[in-house]
Amino acid sequence: MTMQTTTATTDTAPDELLLPVPDGDGAPFWEYAAQGELRVQACAAPTCGKLRFPPRPCCPHCRSFDSEWRLMSGRGRIWSYVQPHPPLLPAYAAQAPYNVILVELADAPQIRLVGNLVTSADAPLDSMDPARLRIGARVQVVFTEMGGTAVPRWVLEKS
Amino acid sequence: MAATLKDATAIVGIGQTAFAKQLPQSEKELACRAILAALEDAGIDPSEVDAFSSYTMEETDEVEVAKAIGAGDVTFFSKIGYGGGGSCATVGHLAAAVATGQASVGVAWRSRKRGSGPRPWKNTAVQLPTPGQWTRPFGLLRPADEIGMLARRYMHEYGATRDHLFNVAMACRNRANENPAAMMYERPLTREMYMTARMISDPLCLFDNCLETDGALACVIVSAERARDCRQKPVYVHSVAQGLPSQHHGMVNYWNDDPLSGPAWTAARHLWKQADFGPQDVDVAQIYDAFTPLIPLSLEGYGFCGRGEGASFTEGGALEIGGRLPINTGGGGLSEAYVHGFNLINEGVKQLRGISTAQVPDAATCLVTAGEGVPTSAILLRA
Repeated sequence: MTMQTTTATTDTAPDELLLPVPDGDGAPFWEYAAQGELRVQACAAPTCGKLRFPPRPCCPHCRSFDSEWRLMSGRGRIWSYVQPHPPLLPAYAAQAPYNVILVELADAPQIRLVGNLVTSADAPLDSMDPARLRIGARVQVVFTEMGGTAVPRWVLEKS
Repeated sequence: MAATLKDATAIVGIGQTAFAKQLPQSEKELACRAILAALEDAGIDPSEVDAFSSYTMEETDEVEVAKAIGAGDVTFFSKIGYGGGGSCATVGHLAAAVATGQASVGVAWRSRKRGSGPRPWKNTAVQLPTPGQWTRPFGLLRPADEIGMLARRYMHEYGATRDHLFNVAMACRNRANENPAAMMYERPLTREMYMTARMISDPLCLFDNCLETDGALACVIVSAERARDCRQKPVYVHSVAQGLPSQHHGMVNYWNDDPLSGPAWTAARHLWKQADFGPQDVDVAQIYDAFTPLIPLSLEGYGFCGRGEGASFTEGGALEIGGRLPINTGGGGLSEAYVHGFNLINEGVKQLRGISTAQVPDAATCLVTAGEGVPTSAILLRA
Protein backbone atom coordinates (compact mmCIF):
# COMPACT_ATOMS: atom_id res chain seq x y z
CA MET A 1 0.00 0.00 0.00
CA THR A 2 1.40 3.37 -0.94
CA MET A 3 1.29 6.22 1.52
CA GLN A 4 0.69 9.14 -0.77
CA THR A 5 -1.75 11.93 -0.16
CA THR A 6 -5.16 11.71 -1.74
CA THR A 7 -5.40 13.94 -4.75
CA ALA A 8 -8.26 12.44 -6.73
CA THR A 9 -10.45 15.22 -8.05
CA THR A 10 -11.96 13.70 -11.17
CA ASP A 11 -14.28 10.87 -12.07
CA THR A 12 -12.56 7.69 -13.20
CA ALA A 13 -12.65 6.02 -16.60
CA PRO A 14 -15.72 3.85 -17.31
CA ASP A 15 -13.76 0.64 -16.84
CA GLU A 16 -12.50 1.59 -13.39
CA LEU A 17 -14.16 1.73 -10.00
CA LEU A 18 -15.16 5.20 -8.87
CA LEU A 19 -12.76 7.09 -6.65
CA PRO A 20 -13.95 9.37 -3.88
CA VAL A 21 -13.95 13.06 -4.65
CA PRO A 22 -13.30 14.60 -1.24
CA ASP A 23 -14.76 17.96 -0.34
CA GLY A 24 -13.08 20.29 2.13
CA ASP A 25 -14.80 18.69 5.10
CA GLY A 26 -14.04 15.13 4.03
CA ALA A 27 -10.46 15.57 2.79
CA PRO A 28 -8.78 14.73 6.13
CA PHE A 29 -10.52 11.33 6.22
CA TRP A 30 -8.91 10.40 2.92
CA GLU A 31 -5.54 11.89 3.88
CA TYR A 32 -5.45 9.79 7.04
CA ALA A 33 -6.63 6.75 5.06
CA ALA A 34 -3.59 7.20 2.82
CA GLN A 35 -1.49 6.81 5.97
CA GLY A 36 -3.35 3.60 6.86
CA GLU A 37 -5.40 5.25 9.59
CA LEU A 38 -9.15 5.22 10.07
CA ARG A 39 -10.01 8.53 11.69
CA VAL A 40 -13.38 10.13 12.40
CA GLN A 41 -14.10 13.82 12.84
CA ALA A 42 -14.79 14.92 16.40
CA CYS A 43 -15.68 18.20 18.03
CA ALA A 44 -12.59 19.82 19.53
CA ALA A 45 -14.47 21.94 22.05
CA PRO A 46 -13.17 20.84 25.50
CA THR A 47 -16.65 20.38 26.96
CA CYS A 48 -18.07 18.48 23.98
CA GLY A 49 -15.80 16.20 21.98
CA LYS A 50 -18.61 14.31 20.25
CA LEU A 51 -17.86 12.32 17.10
CA ARG A 52 -19.73 13.13 13.92
CA PHE A 53 -20.08 11.57 10.48
CA PRO A 54 -20.19 12.51 7.68
CA PRO A 55 -17.76 15.38 8.34
CA ARG A 56 -19.20 18.89 8.40
CA PRO A 57 -18.09 22.40 9.32
CA CYS A 58 -19.51 22.60 12.83
CA CYS A 59 -20.68 20.46 15.73
CA PRO A 60 -24.44 19.78 15.74
CA HIS A 61 -24.33 19.44 19.54
CA CYS A 62 -22.42 22.56 20.66
CA ARG A 63 -22.00 24.44 17.35
CA SER A 64 -18.24 24.72 17.75
CA PHE A 65 -16.26 25.09 14.53
CA ASP A 66 -13.19 23.50 16.10
CA SER A 67 -12.68 19.89 15.09
CA GLU A 68 -10.09 17.13 15.29
CA TRP A 69 -9.73 13.70 13.74
CA ARG A 70 -9.79 10.87 16.23
CA LEU A 71 -8.07 7.55 15.54
CA MET A 72 -10.39 4.55 15.53
CA SER A 73 -9.42 0.96 16.27
CA GLY A 74 -10.60 -0.07 12.81
CA ARG A 75 -12.83 -2.76 14.23
CA GLY A 76 -16.56 -2.92 13.66
CA ARG A 77 -19.62 -5.06 13.03
CA ILE A 78 -21.81 -5.44 9.94
CA TRP A 79 -25.01 -3.43 10.50
CA SER A 80 -26.52 -4.35 7.14
CA TYR A 81 -25.54 -5.31 3.61
CA VAL A 82 -26.82 -5.53 0.05
CA GLN A 83 -25.69 -7.46 -3.01
CA PRO A 84 -26.07 -5.31 -6.14
CA HIS A 85 -26.70 -7.07 -9.43
CA PRO A 86 -26.55 -5.47 -12.91
CA PRO A 87 -27.53 -3.14 -14.49
CA LEU A 88 -24.58 -1.33 -12.94
CA LEU A 89 -21.73 0.88 -14.10
CA PRO A 90 -19.37 -1.31 -16.20
CA ALA A 91 -16.56 -1.65 -13.67
CA TYR A 92 -19.00 -2.72 -10.98
CA ALA A 93 -21.00 -4.98 -13.29
CA ALA A 94 -17.76 -6.83 -14.03
CA GLN A 95 -17.51 -7.82 -10.35
CA ALA A 96 -21.24 -8.28 -9.64
CA PRO A 97 -22.89 -9.58 -7.67
CA TYR A 98 -20.64 -8.09 -5.02
CA ASN A 99 -21.45 -6.97 -1.53
CA VAL A 100 -21.77 -3.53 -0.01
CA ILE A 101 -21.75 -3.55 3.75
CA LEU A 102 -22.55 -0.93 6.36
CA VAL A 103 -20.13 -1.19 9.29
CA GLU A 104 -20.86 0.22 12.72
CA LEU A 105 -17.58 1.04 14.40
CA ALA A 106 -16.69 -0.83 17.59
CA ASP A 107 -15.48 2.42 19.14
CA ALA A 108 -18.59 4.39 18.20
CA PRO A 109 -21.57 2.29 17.03
CA GLN A 110 -23.51 5.34 15.82
CA ILE A 111 -20.74 5.97 13.28
CA ARG A 112 -21.40 3.71 10.31
CA LEU A 113 -19.24 3.42 7.21
CA VAL A 114 -20.25 2.08 3.82
CA GLY A 115 -17.70 -0.41 2.52
CA ASN A 116 -17.07 -3.86 1.06
CA LEU A 117 -16.30 -7.17 2.74
CA VAL A 118 -13.41 -8.80 0.91
CA THR A 119 -11.01 -11.69 1.55
CA SER A 120 -7.96 -9.41 1.58
CA ALA A 121 -7.10 -5.76 0.98
CA ASP A 122 -6.48 -6.15 -2.73
CA ALA A 123 -9.08 -8.83 -3.48
CA PRO A 124 -11.99 -8.07 -5.82
CA LEU A 125 -15.34 -6.81 -4.55
CA ASP A 126 -16.87 -10.25 -5.11
CA SER A 127 -14.10 -12.21 -3.40
CA MET A 128 -16.06 -13.01 -0.24
CA ASP A 129 -18.42 -16.01 -0.24
CA PRO A 130 -21.91 -14.45 0.07
CA ALA A 131 -22.84 -17.18 2.56
CA ARG A 132 -20.46 -15.54 5.04
CA LEU A 133 -22.28 -12.20 4.98
CA ARG A 134 -24.09 -11.82 8.26
CA ILE A 135 -25.45 -8.88 10.23
CA GLY A 136 -23.38 -8.64 13.38
CA ALA A 137 -20.24 -10.22 11.88
CA ARG A 138 -17.06 -8.67 13.28
CA VAL A 139 -14.86 -6.96 10.72
CA GLN A 140 -11.53 -5.15 10.56
CA VAL A 141 -10.57 -2.30 8.25
CA VAL A 142 -7.83 -2.66 5.62
CA PHE A 143 -6.86 -0.15 2.95
CA THR A 144 -6.69 -0.71 -0.79
CA GLU A 145 -4.58 1.54 -2.98
CA MET A 146 -6.53 2.60 -6.06
CA GLY A 147 -5.13 5.17 -8.45
CA GLY A 148 -3.34 7.07 -5.71
CA THR A 149 -6.22 6.89 -3.24
CA ALA A 150 -6.37 4.60 -0.21
CA VAL A 151 -9.90 3.19 -0.04
CA PRO A 152 -11.00 1.44 3.16
CA ARG A 153 -12.22 -2.13 2.79
CA TRP A 154 -13.18 -4.68 5.41
CA VAL A 155 -12.10 -8.24 6.19
CA LEU A 156 -13.58 -10.65 8.72
CA GLU A 157 -11.88 -10.20 12.09
CA LYS A 158 -9.63 -13.10 12.98
CA SER A 159 -10.93 -14.67 16.18
CA MET B 1 -57.35 35.29 5.24
CA ALA B 2 -57.10 31.77 6.61
CA ALA B 3 -55.41 31.17 9.94
CA THR B 4 -55.16 27.49 9.06
CA LEU B 5 -54.75 25.55 5.85
CA LYS B 6 -57.37 23.05 6.99
CA ASP B 7 -59.87 22.62 4.15
CA ALA B 8 -59.10 26.17 3.00
CA THR B 9 -58.24 24.96 -0.50
CA ALA B 10 -59.27 22.16 -2.79
CA ILE B 11 -57.98 20.23 -5.77
CA VAL B 12 -60.52 20.87 -8.52
CA GLY B 13 -58.76 19.57 -11.59
CA ILE B 14 -56.51 16.65 -12.46
CA GLY B 15 -54.84 15.75 -15.73
CA GLN B 16 -52.40 13.22 -17.06
CA THR B 17 -50.83 11.99 -20.27
CA ALA B 18 -50.45 8.39 -21.31
CA PHE B 19 -47.87 6.37 -19.36
CA ALA B 20 -45.43 4.32 -21.39
CA LYS B 21 -41.87 3.09 -21.55
CA GLN B 22 -41.37 5.51 -24.40
CA LEU B 23 -43.45 8.48 -25.51
CA PRO B 24 -42.51 10.58 -28.56
CA GLN B 25 -43.28 13.96 -26.98
CA SER B 26 -40.75 16.06 -25.05
CA GLU B 27 -41.03 16.54 -21.28
CA LYS B 28 -42.13 20.11 -21.94
CA GLU B 29 -44.93 19.03 -24.24
CA LEU B 30 -46.05 16.31 -21.82
CA ALA B 31 -46.09 18.88 -18.99
CA CYS B 32 -48.24 21.28 -21.02
CA ARG B 33 -50.64 18.53 -22.06
CA ALA B 34 -51.13 17.33 -18.47
CA ILE B 35 -51.58 20.89 -17.17
CA LEU B 36 -54.07 21.84 -19.86
CA ALA B 37 -56.00 18.62 -19.22
CA ALA B 38 -56.15 19.45 -15.50
CA LEU B 39 -57.40 22.99 -16.19
CA GLU B 40 -59.98 21.65 -18.64
CA ASP B 41 -61.09 19.18 -15.98
CA ALA B 42 -61.51 22.07 -13.53
CA GLY B 43 -63.20 24.31 -16.06
CA ILE B 44 -60.67 27.08 -15.47
CA ASP B 45 -59.10 29.08 -18.30
CA PRO B 46 -55.28 28.82 -18.43
CA SER B 47 -55.04 32.62 -18.43
CA GLU B 48 -56.27 32.55 -14.83
CA VAL B 49 -53.32 30.49 -13.52
CA ASP B 50 -51.16 32.65 -11.26
CA ALA B 51 -49.20 30.05 -9.25
CA PHE B 52 -46.98 27.10 -10.12
CA SER B 53 -45.18 24.45 -8.12
CA SER B 54 -43.13 21.46 -9.16
CA TYR B 55 -40.00 19.58 -8.18
CA THR B 56 -36.41 20.83 -8.36
CA MET B 57 -35.78 17.79 -10.57
CA GLU B 58 -38.49 18.96 -12.98
CA GLU B 59 -36.74 20.07 -16.12
CA THR B 60 -39.65 22.03 -17.57
CA ASP B 61 -39.50 25.37 -15.76
CA GLU B 62 -42.55 27.41 -14.81
CA VAL B 63 -41.33 30.08 -17.25
CA GLU B 64 -41.72 27.62 -20.10
CA VAL B 65 -45.05 26.28 -18.88
CA ALA B 66 -46.52 29.72 -18.24
CA LYS B 67 -45.76 31.03 -21.69
CA ALA B 68 -46.74 27.81 -23.46
CA ILE B 69 -50.18 27.49 -21.87
CA GLY B 70 -50.84 31.22 -21.97
CA ALA B 71 -50.92 31.84 -18.23
CA GLY B 72 -51.50 35.37 -17.00
CA ASP B 73 -49.30 37.22 -14.51
CA VAL B 74 -47.86 34.71 -12.06
CA THR B 75 -47.41 35.81 -8.44
CA PHE B 76 -46.23 32.58 -6.78
CA PHE B 77 -43.88 29.82 -7.90
CA SER B 78 -41.88 27.27 -5.98
CA LYS B 79 -39.86 24.14 -6.53
CA ILE B 80 -39.49 21.35 -4.01
CA GLY B 81 -36.26 19.44 -3.53
CA TYR B 82 -35.34 15.80 -2.95
CA GLY B 83 -36.92 14.08 -5.91
CA GLY B 84 -39.92 11.99 -4.99
CA GLY B 85 -40.05 13.61 -1.57
CA GLY B 86 -41.41 16.71 -3.22
CA SER B 87 -44.68 15.46 -4.68
CA CYS B 88 -47.15 16.36 -1.93
CA ALA B 89 -45.31 19.54 -1.01
CA THR B 90 -46.13 20.98 -4.44
CA VAL B 91 -49.79 20.81 -3.43
CA GLY B 92 -48.93 22.02 0.07
CA HIS B 93 -47.06 25.09 -1.16
CA LEU B 94 -49.87 26.03 -3.53
CA ALA B 95 -52.46 25.47 -0.80
CA ALA B 96 -50.51 27.85 1.43
CA ALA B 97 -50.18 30.42 -1.34
CA VAL B 98 -53.87 30.31 -2.24
CA ALA B 99 -55.07 30.22 1.37
CA THR B 100 -53.02 33.31 2.20
CA GLY B 101 -54.05 35.25 -0.86
CA GLN B 102 -50.73 35.20 -2.67
CA ALA B 103 -52.39 33.58 -5.67
CA SER B 104 -55.78 32.28 -6.74
CA VAL B 105 -55.26 29.42 -9.20
CA GLY B 106 -52.31 27.10 -8.61
CA VAL B 107 -50.99 24.37 -10.86
CA ALA B 108 -48.71 21.59 -9.63
CA TRP B 109 -47.15 19.16 -12.08
CA ARG B 110 -44.47 16.62 -12.85
CA SER B 111 -43.28 15.58 -16.27
CA ARG B 112 -40.71 12.88 -16.65
CA LYS B 113 -39.05 10.72 -19.27
CA ARG B 114 -37.35 8.06 -17.20
CA GLY B 115 -38.65 5.23 -19.33
CA SER B 116 -36.70 6.31 -22.38
CA GLY B 117 -34.19 8.67 -20.77
CA PRO B 118 -30.94 8.10 -18.91
CA ARG B 119 -30.71 6.74 -15.36
CA PRO B 120 -29.67 9.60 -13.09
CA TRP B 121 -27.38 7.33 -11.06
CA LYS B 122 -25.18 6.90 -14.11
CA ASN B 123 -24.18 10.53 -13.76
CA THR B 124 -21.85 9.71 -10.92
CA ALA B 125 -19.31 12.46 -11.55
CA VAL B 126 -21.58 15.07 -10.03
CA GLN B 127 -22.49 12.78 -7.15
CA LEU B 128 -19.03 11.90 -5.98
CA PRO B 129 -18.37 14.93 -3.78
CA THR B 130 -20.36 15.04 -0.54
CA PRO B 131 -22.23 12.85 0.11
CA GLY B 132 -21.26 10.47 -2.70
CA GLN B 133 -17.65 10.19 -1.52
CA TRP B 134 -18.90 8.01 1.36
CA THR B 135 -21.01 5.63 -0.72
CA ARG B 136 -20.44 5.60 -4.50
CA PRO B 137 -16.85 4.28 -4.58
CA PHE B 138 -18.00 1.18 -2.69
CA GLY B 139 -20.53 0.31 -5.35
CA LEU B 140 -23.59 1.66 -3.57
CA LEU B 141 -24.66 3.24 -6.83
CA ARG B 142 -28.43 3.30 -7.15
CA PRO B 143 -31.44 4.14 -5.01
CA ALA B 144 -32.29 0.41 -4.99
CA ASP B 145 -28.93 -0.31 -3.35
CA GLU B 146 -29.41 2.45 -0.78
CA ILE B 147 -32.92 1.37 0.22
CA GLY B 148 -31.94 -2.31 0.04
CA MET B 149 -29.46 -1.62 2.86
CA LEU B 150 -32.25 -0.32 5.11
CA ALA B 151 -34.58 -3.11 3.99
CA ARG B 152 -32.09 -5.83 4.98
CA ARG B 153 -31.69 -4.30 8.44
CA TYR B 154 -35.47 -3.92 8.79
CA MET B 155 -35.96 -7.58 7.88
CA HIS B 156 -33.28 -8.57 10.39
CA GLU B 157 -34.71 -6.52 13.24
CA TYR B 158 -38.38 -7.33 12.79
CA GLY B 159 -38.56 -10.69 11.06
CA ALA B 160 -39.92 -9.19 7.87
CA THR B 161 -39.58 -11.47 4.85
CA ARG B 162 -39.76 -11.32 1.07
CA ASP B 163 -43.33 -12.56 1.41
CA HIS B 164 -44.17 -9.27 3.09
CA LEU B 165 -42.57 -7.30 0.29
CA PHE B 166 -44.48 -9.48 -2.17
CA ASN B 167 -47.73 -8.52 -0.42
CA VAL B 168 -46.95 -4.89 -1.28
CA ALA B 169 -45.99 -5.60 -4.89
CA MET B 170 -49.08 -7.78 -5.34
CA ALA B 171 -51.53 -5.20 -3.96
CA CYS B 172 -50.18 -2.56 -6.33
CA ARG B 173 -50.18 -4.95 -9.29
CA ASN B 174 -53.74 -6.07 -8.59
CA ARG B 175 -54.91 -2.45 -8.69
CA ALA B 176 -52.96 -1.78 -11.89
CA ASN B 177 -54.65 -4.81 -13.44
CA GLU B 178 -57.93 -2.92 -12.94
CA ASN B 179 -56.62 0.39 -14.32
CA PRO B 180 -56.49 0.64 -18.14
CA ALA B 181 -54.14 3.64 -17.90
CA ALA B 182 -51.58 1.68 -15.88
CA MET B 183 -48.41 0.36 -17.51
CA MET B 184 -49.09 -3.02 -15.90
CA TYR B 185 -52.74 -3.26 -16.97
CA GLU B 186 -53.49 -6.84 -18.02
CA ARG B 187 -50.09 -7.97 -16.76
CA PRO B 188 -50.78 -10.07 -13.64
CA LEU B 189 -48.09 -10.91 -11.10
CA THR B 190 -47.82 -14.24 -9.29
CA ARG B 191 -45.94 -15.25 -6.17
CA GLU B 192 -43.82 -17.60 -8.26
CA MET B 193 -42.88 -14.79 -10.64
CA TYR B 194 -41.89 -12.67 -7.66
CA MET B 195 -39.88 -15.35 -5.85
CA THR B 196 -37.97 -16.37 -8.97
CA ALA B 197 -37.40 -12.85 -10.33
CA ARG B 198 -33.87 -11.64 -10.88
CA MET B 199 -32.37 -9.67 -8.02
CA ILE B 200 -31.62 -5.99 -8.48
CA SER B 201 -30.01 -5.39 -5.11
CA ASP B 202 -30.50 -8.40 -2.89
CA PRO B 203 -32.80 -8.42 -0.85
CA LEU B 204 -34.71 -6.41 -3.50
CA CYS B 205 -35.77 -8.12 -6.72
CA LEU B 206 -37.14 -6.74 -9.97
CA PHE B 207 -40.69 -6.49 -8.63
CA ASP B 208 -39.60 -4.53 -5.55
CA ASN B 209 -38.67 -1.65 -7.85
CA CYS B 210 -40.87 0.99 -9.43
CA LEU B 211 -41.41 1.26 -13.17
CA GLU B 212 -39.38 3.44 -15.45
CA THR B 213 -41.97 5.65 -17.10
CA ASP B 214 -42.50 8.44 -19.59
CA GLY B 215 -45.48 10.59 -18.65
CA ALA B 216 -46.78 13.69 -16.92
CA LEU B 217 -49.49 14.64 -14.43
CA ALA B 218 -50.88 17.87 -13.04
CA CYS B 219 -53.51 19.16 -10.65
CA VAL B 220 -55.23 22.49 -10.03
CA ILE B 221 -55.70 24.09 -6.59
CA VAL B 222 -58.09 26.94 -5.75
CA SER B 223 -59.73 28.28 -2.60
CA ALA B 224 -62.51 26.23 -1.05
CA GLU B 225 -64.86 29.09 -1.80
CA ARG B 226 -64.05 29.11 -5.49
CA ALA B 227 -64.03 25.30 -5.60
CA ARG B 228 -67.77 25.24 -5.04
CA ASP B 229 -68.26 26.84 -8.46
CA CYS B 230 -65.92 24.54 -10.36
CA ARG B 231 -66.90 21.76 -12.73
CA GLN B 232 -65.83 18.89 -10.46
CA LYS B 233 -66.60 17.88 -6.91
CA PRO B 234 -63.94 19.57 -4.75
CA VAL B 235 -61.37 17.45 -2.95
CA TYR B 236 -60.26 19.46 0.06
CA VAL B 237 -56.65 19.75 1.15
CA HIS B 238 -57.21 18.97 4.82
CA SER B 239 -53.68 18.88 6.16
CA VAL B 240 -50.21 19.23 4.70
CA ALA B 241 -46.72 18.64 6.03
CA GLN B 242 -43.12 18.33 5.00
CA GLY B 243 -40.60 16.27 6.94
CA LEU B 244 -36.83 16.59 7.31
CA PRO B 245 -35.85 14.89 10.57
CA SER B 246 -32.98 15.89 12.79
CA GLN B 247 -29.66 14.54 11.49
CA HIS B 248 -31.34 13.07 8.42
CA HIS B 249 -29.06 12.31 5.48
CA GLY B 250 -31.29 11.55 2.51
CA MET B 251 -31.37 8.17 0.79
CA VAL B 252 -28.37 6.94 2.74
CA ASN B 253 -29.80 7.79 6.14
CA TYR B 254 -27.31 5.54 7.89
CA TRP B 255 -25.70 8.01 10.23
CA ASN B 256 -28.24 8.92 12.84
CA ASP B 257 -29.23 6.99 15.93
CA ASP B 258 -32.21 5.34 14.24
CA PRO B 259 -31.93 4.98 10.45
CA LEU B 260 -35.21 3.03 10.28
CA SER B 261 -37.16 6.01 11.57
CA GLY B 262 -37.27 8.15 8.45
CA PRO B 263 -38.85 11.44 7.36
CA ALA B 264 -42.35 9.89 7.34
CA TRP B 265 -42.34 10.08 11.13
CA THR B 266 -41.56 13.81 11.10
CA ALA B 267 -44.13 14.64 8.42
CA ALA B 268 -46.75 12.46 10.14
CA ARG B 269 -46.49 14.24 13.49
CA HIS B 270 -47.32 17.59 11.92
CA LEU B 271 -49.87 16.16 9.49
CA TRP B 272 -51.99 14.55 12.22
CA LYS B 273 -51.58 17.48 14.59
CA GLN B 274 -53.26 19.71 12.00
CA ALA B 275 -56.03 17.23 11.17
CA ASP B 276 -59.50 16.57 12.53
CA PHE B 277 -59.03 12.82 12.19
CA GLY B 278 -56.36 10.19 12.68
CA PRO B 279 -54.90 7.16 10.90
CA GLN B 280 -57.82 4.97 11.97
CA ASP B 281 -60.16 7.24 9.98
CA VAL B 282 -58.27 7.00 6.67
CA ASP B 283 -60.41 5.18 4.09
CA VAL B 284 -57.73 4.75 1.46
CA ALA B 285 -54.04 5.63 1.21
CA GLN B 286 -51.67 6.38 -1.63
CA ILE B 287 -48.24 5.61 -0.20
CA TYR B 288 -45.07 6.39 -2.10
CA ASP B 289 -43.74 3.13 -3.46
CA ALA B 290 -40.55 3.61 -5.39
CA PHE B 291 -39.52 0.41 -3.57
CA THR B 292 -41.69 -2.10 -1.69
CA PRO B 293 -39.91 -1.66 1.69
CA LEU B 294 -41.07 1.96 1.76
CA ILE B 295 -44.61 0.73 2.41
CA PRO B 296 -44.02 -1.02 5.77
CA LEU B 297 -41.71 1.80 6.83
CA SER B 298 -44.40 4.37 5.89
CA LEU B 299 -47.22 2.42 7.54
CA GLU B 300 -45.25 2.72 10.76
CA GLY B 301 -44.23 6.31 10.25
CA TYR B 302 -47.77 7.52 9.53
CA GLY B 303 -49.13 5.65 12.52
CA PHE B 304 -51.17 2.85 10.93
CA CYS B 305 -49.32 0.38 13.15
CA GLY B 306 -46.54 0.31 15.69
CA ARG B 307 -42.81 0.29 15.13
CA GLY B 308 -41.72 -2.99 13.57
CA GLU B 309 -45.30 -3.97 12.72
CA GLY B 310 -45.37 -2.63 9.16
CA ALA B 311 -44.50 -5.95 7.55
CA SER B 312 -47.08 -8.02 9.43
CA PHE B 313 -49.64 -5.27 8.69
CA THR B 314 -49.46 -6.31 5.02
CA GLU B 315 -50.67 -9.85 5.79
CA GLY B 316 -54.15 -11.19 5.08
CA GLY B 317 -54.90 -8.87 2.19
CA ALA B 318 -54.79 -5.76 4.37
CA LEU B 319 -53.58 -3.58 1.49
CA GLU B 320 -56.11 -4.88 -1.03
CA ILE B 321 -59.56 -3.47 -1.79
CA GLY B 322 -61.77 -4.50 1.13
CA GLY B 323 -58.71 -4.84 3.37
CA ARG B 324 -57.75 -2.85 6.43
CA LEU B 325 -56.07 -0.12 4.39
CA PRO B 326 -56.36 -0.26 0.60
CA ILE B 327 -53.29 1.41 -0.89
CA ASN B 328 -52.13 2.70 -4.25
CA THR B 329 -55.44 2.03 -5.92
CA GLY B 330 -54.24 3.08 -9.37
CA GLY B 331 -51.29 0.70 -9.13
CA GLY B 332 -48.77 3.13 -7.63
CA GLY B 333 -45.21 3.65 -8.73
CA LEU B 334 -44.70 -0.11 -8.71
CA SER B 335 -47.37 -0.89 -11.29
CA GLU B 336 -49.23 2.17 -12.64
CA ALA B 337 -46.43 4.61 -13.47
CA TYR B 338 -43.41 6.06 -11.71
CA VAL B 339 -43.69 9.79 -12.18
CA HIS B 340 -42.11 10.74 -8.86
CA GLY B 341 -45.34 9.97 -7.05
CA PHE B 342 -47.60 12.51 -8.73
CA ASN B 343 -49.94 9.74 -9.89
CA LEU B 344 -50.61 9.04 -6.20
CA ILE B 345 -51.97 12.58 -5.76
CA ASN B 346 -54.30 12.31 -8.73
CA GLU B 347 -55.42 8.83 -7.68
CA GLY B 348 -56.30 10.22 -4.24
CA VAL B 349 -58.49 12.81 -5.94
CA LYS B 350 -60.15 10.13 -8.07
CA GLN B 351 -60.98 8.09 -4.97
CA LEU B 352 -62.62 11.06 -3.25
CA ARG B 353 -64.56 11.91 -6.40
CA GLY B 354 -65.67 8.26 -6.50
CA ILE B 355 -64.25 7.59 -9.97
CA SER B 356 -61.24 5.33 -9.32
CA THR B 357 -60.93 2.16 -11.36
CA ALA B 358 -60.55 0.40 -7.99
CA GLN B 359 -62.99 2.49 -6.02
CA VAL B 360 -63.13 2.11 -2.24
CA PRO B 361 -66.85 2.42 -1.44
CA ASP B 362 -67.75 5.80 0.07
CA ALA B 363 -64.10 6.84 0.44
CA ALA B 364 -64.11 10.24 2.16
CA THR B 365 -60.54 10.54 3.44
CA CYS B 366 -57.25 9.77 1.76
CA LEU B 367 -53.63 10.02 2.84
CA VAL B 368 -51.13 10.72 0.07
CA THR B 369 -47.43 10.53 0.84
CA ALA B 370 -44.25 11.49 -0.97
CA GLY B 371 -40.98 9.60 -1.03
CA GLU B 372 -39.95 8.05 2.28
CA GLY B 373 -36.20 7.88 2.78
CA VAL B 374 -35.69 11.45 1.58
CA PRO B 375 -36.94 14.78 2.96
CA THR B 376 -40.59 14.18 2.31
CA SER B 377 -44.11 15.56 2.31
CA ALA B 378 -47.67 14.35 2.73
CA ILE B 379 -51.22 15.57 2.34
CA LEU B 380 -54.52 14.51 3.79
CA LEU B 381 -57.39 14.86 1.35
CA ARG B 382 -61.07 14.80 2.22
CA ALA B 383 -64.20 14.75 0.12
